Amino acid sequence: MTEPLVFELSSPGRVGVNLPECDVPEAELPKELLRDDLPLPEVSEVDLVRHYIHLSQLNWGVDVGFYPLGSCTMKYNPKVNEEAAKLPGFSRIHPYQDEETVQGALQLMYELQEFLKEISGFVGVSLQPAAGAHGEFAGILMMRAYHEERGDLKRTKVLIPDSAHGTNPASSAMSGYQVVEIKSDERGNVDLEELKAHCDETVVGLMLTNPSTLGLFEEHVLEVAEIIHDCGGLMFCDGANMNSLLGIAKPCEMGCDVMMFNLHKTFSTPHGGGGPGGGPVGASERLVKYLPGPIVVKEGDKYHLRMPEKSIGRVKSFYGNFAVCVKAYTYIRMLGAEGLRQVSEDAVLAANYILAKLKGVYPLPYDRICKHECVFSGRGIAEDIHTMDIVKRLMDYGFHPPTVYFPLIVPEAIMIEPTETESKERLDAFIEAMVQIAKEAKEQPDLLHEAPHTTPVRRLDEVRAARHPVLRWMPK
Amino acid sequence: MSSYLPHTDAHRREMLDAIGVKSIEELFADIPEEVRFPELKLPKPLSEAEILRELREMSERNADLDHYACFLGAGAYNHFVPSVVGHVIGRSEFYTAYTPYQPEISQGTLQTIFEYQTMVCALTGMEVANASHYDGATALAEAALMAVRISREKRQKVIVSPAVHPEYRQTLRTYTRGTAIAVTGDEDLARELDDLKTMLDEDTACLIVQNPNFFGQLEEVDGLADAVHEAGALLIVAVDPISLGLFRPPGEYGADIVVGEGQSLGNAISFGGPYLGIFACLDKYKRRMPGRLVGETVDVEGRRGYVLTLTPREQHIRREKATSNICTNEALCALAAGAYLAAMGKTGLRKVAELCYHKAHYAAQRIAELPGFELVDDKPFFKEFVVRCPKPPAEINRQLLQQKIIGGYELGKAYPHLADCMLFCVTEMNTREEIDRLVEALQEVTP
Repeated sequence: MTEPLVFELSSPGRVGVNLPECDVPEAELPKELLRDDLPLPEVSEVDLVRHYIHLSQLNWGVDVGFYPLGSCTMKYNPKVNEEAAKLPGFSRIHPYQDEETVQGALQLMYELQEFLKEISGFVGVSLQPAAGAHGEFAGILMMRAYHEERGDLKRTKVLIPDSAHGTNPASSAMSGYQVVEIKSDERGNVDLEELKAHCDETVVGLMLTNPSTLGLFEEHVLEVAEIIHDCGGLMFCDGANMNSLLGIAKPCEMGCDVMMFNLHKTFSTPHGGGGPGGGPVGASERLVKYLPGPIVVKEGDKYHLRMPEKSIGRVKSFYGNFAVCVKAYTYIRMLGAEGLRQVSEDAVLAANYILAKLKGVYPLPYDRICKHECVFSGRGIAEDIHTMDIVKRLMDYGFHPPTVYFPLIVPEAIMIEPTETESKERLDAFIEAMVQIAKEAKEQPDLLHEAPHTTPVRRLDEVRAARHPVLRWMPK
Repeated sequence: MSSYLPHTDAHRREMLDAIGVKSIEELFADIPEEVRFPELKLPKPLSEAEILRELREMSERNADLDHYACFLGAGAYNHFVPSVVGHVIGRSEFYTAYTPYQPEISQGTLQTIFEYQTMVCALTGMEVANASHYDGATALAEAALMAVRISREKRQKVIVSPAVHPEYRQTLRTYTRGTAIAVTGDEDLARELDDLKTMLDEDTACLIVQNPNFFGQLEEVDGLADAVHEAGALLIVAVDPISLGLFRPPGEYGADIVVGEGQSLGNAISFGGPYLGIFACLDKYKRRMPGRLVGETVDVEGRRGYVLTLTPREQHIRREKATSNICTNEALCALAAGAYLAAMGKTGLRKVAELCYHKAHYAAQRIAELPGFELVDDKPFFKEFVVRCPKPPAEINRQLLQQKIIGGYELGKAYPHLADCMLFCVTEMNTREEIDRLVEALQEVTP
């Protein structure tokens, strides 16, 4: 099942939308500046709609079924969030309008800042960053600003545990720092001895994902923060896994100086096929004046946009992904404090349930209570069977594969994040499929090697795509 | 019980039993006791009907563009969004999907990105386009970093025209804070393109211009690329994609990297985001590009299909050696842009651009006829133009607002030497009646 490209549906003279006639006298066009040709497709509205509907049917989304992608928090996205963001008073306002004319929008942003502060314990929040990695980058630049203002210029190393997302080292490098990898111990915590060995006056800070990408809570979090602070470093916390901490623990109270939130994960705004997201940053007393801006402040009963005192500046144009903020705001208001805690409890419950049920079926490298996700290995299930074979087979059973081959410290990793929005029946069906596949791996390995069998296309030749890149359509 | 949470208490009990713990609290025993289970002070939960009522009231305290005539642009534009676009991006198979890492069940997202890449190449005259950045400002900053990378870090000077959007230049400076890169060119905000050319030297990685520039003018680009390339540097051009329905694409005048704000292409104006960072370049630089790329291939049965490709540039493979830290991008905004461009097509986009051009010129001419108002220069322009005003622009805007008109951008905010000037924007959304109303209102507010 494939769909032609929109260019292949094109015929000269067709239009997909009718435009108004020009109601003013025409001005003379500067001929020498005009383009000759514009090779865009020409399709009628009905063909256009069918094209995209067909393509949507080739896609898997949370609304289609279970999507247990580890570290991505693919929870159900409430429909009211979409309605809220589409309200004309939110979707049809210009970012440079006079503040007086956008008080409703500024109030929403202000209150969202306040909610995120309450959830995390931070003293200030900026909604500016557009995504998690963008928030990380802002956070590292804030750490840089802090050290620079103190004249502490010899700090060049950012410590990053070996379980971290790839964005952590990439964000550090973009901020001009060297990355030092810190090993995890046999329980999946940061190895304290190794951490201490690296802690000196050249340390900018530590980037800690807690719970980690192993789905494990950092048991020595307070000690880790103390070690870092004692050497003059700062604690950056990656908030990607915040879905397990709502009403459970506040990162700022655990020694974090700066953290980014992922509104598209924890606050369900949704993922959009890869974006847009929202990556607000929260900061402790130490770093709050360096937040990217502008942020919203309240003076009397009026809201204003202001640059924090020693802001690192803006990290994008305007004020952040406002429509995404509207959705996150709606989500928080719908759930309230008890609802948010229930979210985290149910998310952790579901992950531990899967862990308990699949333990013994798949190798479990870290056998302890997990948080929002559990990480198995696909190694040694059967001869010549790899994690990729296992998860491709899951598609035939009607499930999106978990995250695979990450974290890098688990060989053939299978990282399962069920979230709080899947019923027990759905979790049981998934567990049953995983058990069946483990059996098939031994009895009918080719079923796995050749999987998936039932999808719109089957395994694709990624080597060919990379060796001979075809990155756009060209007319024959 | 929240409608988002399907577990019944009986199911929760069964699951706890299966795990072998007595209570849910036991699952959090590894969290230090002194920080465990803090109180959250948040407003009480609401039903859907209640939150919608509250949000509607909050939103109605904003002056929206359905009820006000808007002549404000400056990087965020009020363009028409065809109904089909909303329906396409409203398909939840698209908007509830993740990044298409599993191509067998992500062909919808992958093919729409491939089509988007193709359309961006067509618009800009470039050979490769990526799947998107956060917005025009961050795309521009990443383009500058890429130019430095292409010089193998030997060139650390980035020349940026002061006529590039002020917030893009600020973002560029934030992005280069931790690097050895020197951003220059806009110290004197009145500097012209010819002056910038004289700054090119062997340390220059790139020269960045915006075309049409922040003031809406079409830059004098003939010979620009030659001068830049002669110095061994790259030419980066930031574009308004709507203008490319009508005007020569940067590929024709020698650009190496083209970036732009794609919000105009079917995305809501939404108080500044989410927007769409367009990023395209010449084929020879594709392995130095940031961001995701989709490529064509075949499956085991020989059927055409699409996959994420050239991923060794990216953070999840290369970590600190990646070309960028970008992961989440603006995929759904790119989907909107693809649907918009397909709906407009070859003739529609040109017509939108022409409508903008004619209406802006009509407005400019009418305003220039008013006593005390004058156009600041006679360079060709697209849909925005600078007017010198007889009264402080902020004062004029306040009075326009009373007549339900959102006036132009007060240039003094970013260009002190233009404190008495306003940047007006006119698009296909402005009717002649609205323009005439603006002109009348301007006449009234001035002595």
